[in-house]
Amino acid sequence: MSRTHINCTINGDETDFLSESGGSLLNALRDDVGLMGVKEGCGTGDCGACSVLMDDRITCACLIFAPEVEGRTIVTIEGLANADELHPLQQCFLEGAALQCGICTPGFLLAAKALLDKNPDPTETEVRYALAGNLCRCTGYDKIIRAVLDAAEGIRASATSGDAA
Amino acid sequence: MTMIDENPTGAPSYKWVGSRSIRPDGLDKVTGKARFGADLTLPGMLEGAVARSPHAHARIVSIDTSAAEAMPGVHAVITAADLPDLAEAGAKTDDVFMSEKILARGKVLWEGHPVAAVAATSREIARAAVAAIEVVYEPLPHVLTVDEALADGAPLLHAEMITRGVDPAPKTPSNAASRVVHERGDLDQGFADADVVLEREYTTKPVHQGYIEPHACVADAGQDSRANLFVSSQGHFSLRAMTATTLGWPPSALTVTAAEIGGGFGGKTTIYLEPLAVRLSSKAGRPVRLVMGRDEVFKATGPTSGSRMKIKMGVTNDGKMTAAQVWMAFEAGAFPGSPVGAASMTAIACYDIPNFLVEGFDVVCNKPKVAAYRAPGAPIIAYGVESIVDELARSINMDPIDLRLANAAVEGTQSSYGPVFPRIGFVETLEAIRDSDHYRSPVPEGMGRGVASGFWFNIGGNSTATVHVNEDGNVNVIEGSPDIGGSRASMALFAAEEFGISVDRISVKIADTQTIGFNDVTGGSRVTLATGKVVIDCCRAIKEDLCRRAAKTWDCEIGDVEWVEGQAQHASGTETPLSLAELAETAPRTGGPISVTKSDNVRGAGAAFTTQLVDLEVDEETGVCRVARYTTAQDAGKAIHPSYVEGQMQGGVAQGIGWAFNEEYIHNADGTLDNASFLDYRIPVASDLPMIETIVVEVPNPGHPYGVRGVGEAGIVPPMAAIGNAIEHGTGVRLNDLPMSPVRLLDAINQRNDG
Repeated sequence: MSRTHINCTINGDETDFLSESGGSLLNALRDDVGLMGVKEGCGTGDCGACSVLMDDRITCACLIFAPEVEGRTIVTIEGLANADELHPLQQCFLEGAALQCGICTPGFLLAAKALLDKNPDPTETEVRYALAGNLCRCTGYDKIIRAVLDAAEGIRASATSGDAA
Repeated sequence: MTMIDENPTGAPSYKWVGSRSIRPDGLDKVTGKARFGADLTLPGMLEGAVARSPHAHARIVSIDTSAAEAMPGVHAVITAADLPDLAEAGAKTDDVFMSEKILARGKVLWEGHPVAAVAATSREIARAAVAAIEVVYEPLPHVLTVDEALADGAPLLHAEMITRGVDPAPKTPSNAASRVVHERGDLDQGFADADVVLEREYTTKPVHQGYIEPHACVADAGQDSRANLFVSSQGHFSLRAMTATTLGWPPSALTVTAAEIGGGFGGKTTIYLEPLAVRLSSKAGRPVRLVMGRDEVFKATGPTSGSRMKIKMGVTNDGKMTAAQVWMAFEAGAFPGSPVGAASMTAIACYDIPNFLVEGFDVVCNKPKVAAYRAPGAPIIAYGVESIVDELARSINMDPIDLRLANAAVEGTQSSYGPVFPRIGFVETLEAIRDSDHYRSPVPEGMGRGVASGFWFNIGGNSTATVHVNEDGNVNVIEGSPDIGGSRASMALFAAEEFGISVDRISVKIADTQTIGFNDVTGGSRVTLATGKVVIDCCRAIKEDLCRRAAKTWDCEIGDVEWVEGQAQHASGTETPLSLAELAETAPRTGGPISVTKSDNVRGAGAAFTTQLVDLEVDEETGVCRVARYTTAQDAGKAIHPSYVEGQMQGGVAQGIGWAFNEEYIHNADGTLDNASFLDYRIPVASDLPMIETIVVEVPNPGHPYGVRGVGEAGIVPPMAAIGNAIEHGTGVRLNDLPMSPVRLLDAINQRNDG
């Protein structure tokens, strides 16, 4: 079976791996790169559990052929924290009990990051629509939405205080 | 969020219990480190795939696996011939059915029924090998609903099945597996005493639990008929027992490790892949991973039942319920075992009705065998009962909450299913909704408002826990209940409260079946109650031991020592208190390591009640409803970790909203499923829902040290009826069939307009 040599940047590191040409980015990340934080919930782009950032866009890894990421930049849940410091979204999910089983959590965090990077001050409705591609069956979304709004507020506050300093 | 204490001044005050600590497993879950069922990779591991029936009902004429076995990369292929024939071995009927569910023997009974399985060096090869297995089927006529299954001359799934619970026993087999009955009083007199009697018929469709993680496991069998299993399961001990039975192995030959579980809601209390993975692994001599695709989850794992229900209820003009007659038939899927028993018990459990007859039938049909789904059976029958209660209230011009209050089960009421209720909090949930800002606010223009209530038993059961005090004085809690909603956080809070130390000093681990004693499944909302109880028992035994050690150190009577806020104190105050860390450090000199294991079949479960309120906006041009506001009040007994109590309440409501509006299995005339994907089986997304307001009612359960009742299930019971009631309130249209989809609602609105 032919395999393709792929070069890309994953979580800040230049990475290369061999992938089945017909294989998905999801399978490549899990099986070839070993990033098991990317989850498969459906394999058809309906649940968002495999969401990653591809050149800063939220993307279902199950819908991307692995060779499509040649030269691109991928961020997975394993790359969200900054070394020994959690991303504010991660901290707010923990403090706000925004997860129950946790299988959808990586996808939600990345989808929320994609939103806040573009729109640091979203309304509740904007958060709900930005996260509508990610399914959660445990929480009813309430605490997820609150956590994202809290994180947005925290990020804005620290940006403001950073500006002042 | 609001918290309502039954007795705020008299309630014990806690430092840790009732606080909102960070859950022990949280960090791994926000950083991607948490290992779920599909996340384990072992050296030399093979990937498996399952060959499944394309027919709803067919005889298996032959299975030829030779082409699959000859494919490069294929290491094992199994069929029913590779598992023991439990029927031939004279096993219990339920075990025979379970075995036939795992791998078909002779007949396939639904689309998706496994017929063979393959292990190969890659998923692609395994799937190609599955496609190369040649199965010759002789299709048989199928039945898909209770109506079809109970019709005269219906094709039979099980040729020898005689309905249980009918006296005298029927002489001919049928698709009705069993009948259950609960009755009391004089039904005719009850209806004669009523001023208003309504009779209605309701139907529901199968709906799936919809956990986001598909079923997954990794089996690693040795050449010695022993195996390790890594599984996504709500109960690794019961999974071990079921898997062992299917394999013909003793349970102790399996060591089962519970992975992090990506949702279950009851659907992961049974087995599907595990015996296949073990058998493939033992045959191949290599570890094997089996993971379902989403279509397999929909087609081959248990949804909950579709149903038909007929309900007749009578009420006097001053609001006294006098009689109820309930008939229901539930689809079990391919093998007996629908939740009709629980539905019969819960049907009218909210109310004190003197005369009733509740009759339920468990009916097999050519669909996947149903599995438990959050308060199994209760939401289905509550859709009917809580709808008719609403209609009765309207017919006598009574507030729907007042009608419920006037007939509510209270402490001392004999429940409709038998036992006398101890202290329960149904009335408090009704009052909480009645007094809520939401109910006191006028219904917004153009909206409909609906109320409904729900009941769930909650259970106790078997649990084991071990608590160790480390040499640094920090505490390890080891338990065996897979955590599907934050139970480790509750265990940590119990231990922190008991020892009087910070919750940060507690770690909680769920051990494998070799490492901790037996535990029942995580189900029935039992873990915080029952596993919590044995954790508390461990902590209390350790505190006693610590006091004994302090007494030994101080050379005094143990009665002179008490445990206060994390340290042993001498009653006289003459000794310097000894902290947990100090006692841990000196443990080798005071009796050795500090460790206690406790196990119990925990009794004293406390029933859960909930009352819910919804405001709906109905678009009369499209039939689309928007949930504008939703408030749920539920009696938690005691909220150990309020955030996760709220989360359970909100999650149950969200699932109920999906059930109300969208979710259903859509089978075509061939008996195959047309909507086996999350695209076509649409569960609620974030933009479908509002914030879900929670009122945590705390009427302590007298059967638990902290008053816990269990909160996981009751929340899904009322939403469908609450929404149906709101639709009628807003539009004058009553829908008696789930889902109340836009198409159905629009039809009904058009009929109203034409009529």
